[in-house]
Amino acid sequence: MLVELGHYALILALLLAASQAFFGLVGPALARERWLSSASSAATGQFVFLALATGVLVHAFIEDDFSVRYVAENSNAALPLFYRITALWGAHEGSLLLWVDVLSVWTLAVVARQRFLPPLFGARVIGVLGLISFGFLAFTLCTSDPFVRLTPPVPDGNDLNPVLQDFALAIHPPILYTGYVGFSVSFAFACAAMIEGRRDQLWARWMRPWTVIAWAFLAWGIALGSWWAYYELGWGGFWFWDPVECASFMPWLVGTALIHSLAVTDKRGLFKSWTLLLAVGAFSLSLLGTFLVRSGVLVSVHSFAADPRRGIFILGFLILMIGGALTLYAWRAPRMVSQAGFELISRESFLLFNNLLLVIAAAVVFGGTMAPLIADTLHLGTLSVGPPYFNPSFLVPILPLLALLAVGIHARWRRGGLHDARRRLIGSFAFSLVLGLALTFGVYAHPLPLTPIGAVLGVWIIVSSLVDPIDRLRRRLSVPASIAGMAIAHIGLGLFVIGITFVQSNTLERDIALKPGGSVDLGGYNFRFDGVANIEGPNYEGLRGTVTVTSAGRPVTVLHPEKRHFWVQGSVQTTAAIADGLHRDLLASLGDDVGAGAFSLRFQYRPLIRFVWLGAFIMAMGGVTVVIGRRQRGAGWAGATQRASDTTAASAP
Amino acid sequence: MTPRHRRIVWVLGIVAGVGLATALALRAFQQNVMEYYDPSHIAAGEVQRDKRFTLGGMVEKGSLKRTPGSLEVSFVVTDFHHSLPVRYDKVLPDLFREGAGMVAHGRLDASGTFIADEVLAKHDEKYMPPALARSLQQGAAANAAEAQGAH
Repeated sequence: MLVELGHYALILALLLAASQAFFGLVGPALARERWLSSASSAATGQFVFLALATGVLVHAFIEDDFSVRYVAENSNAALPLFYRITALWGAHEGSLLLWVDVLSVWTLAVVARQRFLPPLFGARVIGVLGLISFGFLAFTLCTSDPFVRLTPPVPDGNDLNPVLQDFALAIHPPILYTGYVGFSVSFAFACAAMIEGRRDQLWARWMRPWTVIAWAFLAWGIALGSWWAYYELGWGGFWFWDPVECASFMPWLVGTALIHSLAVTDKRGLFKSWTLLLAVGAFSLSLLGTFLVRSGVLVSVHSFAADPRRGIFILGFLILMIGGALTLYAWRAPRMVSQAGFELISRESFLLFNNLLLVIAAAVVFGGTMAPLIADTLHLGTLSVGPPYFNPSFLVPILPLLALLAVGIHARWRRGGLHDARRRLIGSFAFSLVLGLALTFGVYAHPLPLTPIGAVLGVWIIVSSLVDPIDRLRRRLSVPASIAGMAIAHIGLGLFVIGITFVQSNTLERDIALKPGGSVDLGGYNFRFDGVANIEGPNYEGLRGTVTVTSAGRPVTVLHPEKRHFWVQGSVQTTAAIADGLHRDLLASLGDDVGAGAFSLRFQYRPLIRFVWLGAFIMAMGGVTVVIGRRQRGAGWAGATQRASDTTAASAP
Repeated sequence: MTPRHRRIVWVLGIVAGVGLATALALRAFQQNVMEYYDPSHIAAGEVQRDKRFTLGGMVEKGSLKRTPGSLEVSFVVTDFHHSLPVRYDKVLPDLFREGAGMVAHGRLDASGTFIADEVLAKHDEKYMPPALARSLQQGAAANAAEAQGAH
């Protein structure tokens, strides 16, 4: 009975989404003031009913209601409570529900801050969000209903995929989706600005904080997924250029371009139509990512079922949304021109190159992700595109981007020339050159050709980011949140670059068969295999190995890699044991019994791998710092309008 | 430079940059994309020696042999029509088992054995790459057709 109520709530949410879209878009067009608030009420109501529907499904999971097909397929009575709740988004239907839930939370946040927007504009934003929500709810109800009953019910569920029974992956989807779906808010702002054909650049100021928050969450989500893959898939890789990873990475790259382009539009009124195009692009890539992951065209852990109807539905929705937005763009963008100009060497032009290179990088990823699909669809043979393509091609736009960043940080808005910054530029570069080369040749020997370049660039970005805040502090000036946040984000990027440089250059890996007592040396550490013991967990049994690691005779750590055998699904899972440290990770994985009393084992030494995730985390924190700082400064609608009319008056001839 | 000149320089620079990046990406793409073959393709001589490629097929039941106490394994991959011996000397992924689908990267050696340098770890035991499913189907169909022809 409860389950049917949940289903009913979901249908009501669909109807409310439709009315939200209608009142939000038609209300302003017909200038019906009372319709405007109806859009907000519909959005709030939609949130309530979605929460109800989701609550019902969670309840079904907690109470082990195996008469619900989705619960029966993805849970089990022996599953711990936490994973019974997170199993909600363990498969296709629930993931879509999560998508809509997250969208609804974003919409609610927009409604809550609507008073800072002009009423018509705010209603239009909410209307566009309603349109997106309607599409996804219709998709959920038509092709992927999570409330379908099983007749007869099964006594016990099929269990959650063992690789998903993990804390990081349990929280990975909500965080990733917060980022993914957040770009629909940027999209809605862009659409509203285009519908109104605004000549000012205020929409960019309004759109900025939303975009930065979405971008930060996407970065966290991707980093979390990578961290999970590293320790959970059992064999120590952290980025595979898997289509599913690329699906979330492409919107992030375009989103990064967008937040930089938004800064130019907001500050200088330039790049308006380009910013709008990027907002449409970031959202389109989010939708494309959803299509790739959810339609079953890619086959991996993320795509749960290959139902052709699903693919066609999302593809249709994709074409409708993107096609609609681009039509709107073609119609409106020409009138939203920029008046101001800038010189070749100015912050604007560095940011223009940043955008260009980021979009090229996204295109490189796009090509590699789509080529196998396109080749397959057109019967051109079966291709696999992997790291040998992605790694070098991705670096072609990214290395110049990093170098331009280290230089461009010193450039000023509008003004030409870097003469004022010459001392800073040379000083920071000389310092970074020494430190980067010392890291490469002194600390870590055996560099690859690109190792010194990566190390120097990483250090240079960090040093360059620090110059301005330190200078301000020395002159006893305050450091505004926008500058602090920018510095933090770029320092995060620098740490990331250093991390990835040395992980790629100096990782050591060894697969070996060892009998108990046998040992192997790797990266200055000695790994001794001490044998295995039987273990039993709540829903699995398995083997637990013991590996003692020593360095120059001194004990470092004891690792316990496991091989788990899950009863219900009958699947085997390798659980790596990792000794983490800021300067290096040591990893041991247990393979199979290879006979003669020996086991196959994999050992890894990975320097600075923590910097990769730490860097990504700090980068996102930088974005959050900027937004929190802006909020405290109170960048409201009234104030912003005032300032904007001042600048318009000032720039008028 | 007039603004118009400056704009032309800008556009030319951007076009050159994009063109260069595209050319480099395409080059990397051509050199690094691996093609997929199944044992029937190889039996038909479609694959050059020394070329790294992706092999897909079913691991034949009872064909997995280990050298006791070492990592070296050998097994036979089949598409139910032709089969191919494979050697590998690293840790096998969790979902590798006899009678299940498998995808590996590697090269053919002089004796026609596939020397795998990477057997792909897959996250899901129901996983079947579309290409693999297709080649298994084709192999089975070809087998059936041959059996009928023989009778």
